Amino acid sequence: MGRTSVTLLVGLAVVGAGIALAMLRVNAYLYFAGYVILQYVVMATAWNILGGYAGYVNFGTPAFFAMGAYTAVVLIQWMRAPLPVLILAGGLVAALLGLGIGYLTLRLRGTFFSIATLALSVVLQTVIMNWDYVGGSRGMSVIRPSGPPFGSYVTFLFTVMVGLAVGSVLVAQFIERSWIGRGLAALRDNEEAAECMGVPTLKLKLFATTVSGFLLGVAGAPFPYYVTFVEPNSAFALDYAVNALAMPMIGGTTSWAGPVIGAVLLGTASQLATVTISSEMNLFIVGVVLVAFVVLAPEGILGLVRRLRGR
Amino acid sequence: MAGALLEVQGLVKRFGGFTALNRVSLSVQPGERFGLIGPNGSGKTTLINCVSGALPVDGGTIRFDGREITALPPYQRTRLGIVRSFQIPKPFTSMTVLENLGIPLEYAAAGRAGAPGSADAGEILRSIGLDAKAHLRPAGLTQIEMRKLELARAMAARPKLLISDEAMAGLSSTEVDDILAILFRLNAQGITIIMIEHIMRAVMRFSERIVVLDAGERIAEGTPDEIVRNPAVEKAYLGE
Repeated sequence: MGRTSVTLLVGLAVVGAGIALAMLRVNAYLYFAGYVILQYVVMATAWNILGGYAGYVNFGTPAFFAMGAYTAVVLIQWMRAPLPVLILAGGLVAALLGLGIGYLTLRLRGTFFSIATLALSVVLQTVIMNWDYVGGSRGMSVIRPSGPPFGSYVTFLFTVMVGLAVGSVLVAQFIERSWIGRGLAALRDNEEAAECMGVPTLKLKLFATTVSGFLLGVAGAPFPYYVTFVEPNSAFALDYAVNALAMPMIGGTTSWAGPVIGAVLLGTASQLATVTISSEMNLFIVGVVLVAFVVLAPEGILGLVRRLRGR
Repeated sequence: MAGALLEVQGLVKRFGGFTALNRVSLSVQPGERFGLIGPNGSGKTTLINCVSGALPVDGGTIRFDGREITALPPYQRTRLGIVRSFQIPKPFTSMTVLENLGIPLEYAAAGRAGAPGSADAGEILRSIGLDAKAHLRPAGLTQIEMRKLELARAMAARPKLLISDEAMAGLSSTEVDDILAILFRLNAQGITIIMIEHIMRAVMRFSERIVVLDAGERIAEGTPDEIVRNPAVEKAYLGE
């Protein structure tokens, strides 16, 4: 059996386990928290395609996530579109935004690229705050469709997120192992040399920004149904920018497993902190852990494991 | 000249108000060992950047292998067979030496004569004397090994024209001989080579024909002997 079919089977098994878990109907809060962690798996994986594989650090994660969320809000308002349509449309709008920032890489690299993505997020938030159709700065309530295919709506959303998380990890894994991933690694190491060795750097960068944007939008699209009240401050939350960057850095950026490990660890830790200490504590924890890793283990947990195995 | 591999005509490159290259023309014949020299700031590297596509030109045309390439992006020029090495080595630092060669094999040489494979990368490393370091990261290489990696990676792109930009700067004289031997061997395999170099001993020995640039203008062309005796060249290097 080939490597691809093995990973596909593992993916299917995880989705199956997710559905089974949803059927168990344990404490509803667990699905609630699980959804957030899985959403971070999608976001960290998406961020890493651009930030880890291609080396372009995106601080504008909230912009892409919110594009997905607000595309969904518009479609719910306009025609009560079904969830799969919301996810696809949210992904596509965010992918277009990704393509746009892809062209920025022609002129901006390193810190300057990161600052531009941060600015993008601020600009888009201002636009949304002044757009009444989606509730402006006051926000807007979203009514969930009645009668989910199975279980309660939260367990249904949880299962959908399991599927999206598995899907994004499979996409990241495919990119990493293909010629695209090798080309991205070359341009991350040295863009000029990569181009001179025949790597079409612009095309690959556009691919990375578009796919990364698509997945971030996908993560945001079910958000309105999850929270049922969407407002700009929560859709464009700083948490997304910090977490989407911190999780891959802590897990390790060179492989698909890094963002997953980081998202599960940090996501769980911050959910626990929110419940047991205070909701303000979770960003503080993320910050401290990130600083510790950047100083002590710059290659993340994956790098630590590799070092311990003695290479 | 008919049948030239590389034909540069009236090339102009300006940086703001500064003209780095002023209507420079040159042609390189297939299989030739071609030297490009000139004092610091004369435009050698700018010319190479224009030929490899890293810089857009402000005028003139570049033809390669009978095809106009003036507007092509760098990676397409590499795929056509123009490959350069960098003055300051730019290895892919996260990859091993062997993986460094894998990038041009996969991206530049694929589908061209001499189909790629990992055996090819090993063969290139052996021919250049880096096979013992194949599984090291570039950070573990010495200066001369780094230069060899730069050349090996260029070879993996299966060039028709190899542009060697100061591959020997800062090396000891035995190391210079080492690199020269590699370049001679590549040329014997049919690869046309443009050498940009400050080490006169090396350029004079290597080149069949030399073009001299000074302040963005072409001031002389000829065999090494003719260049050495040329008063304009002497003036450019030493002043009046």
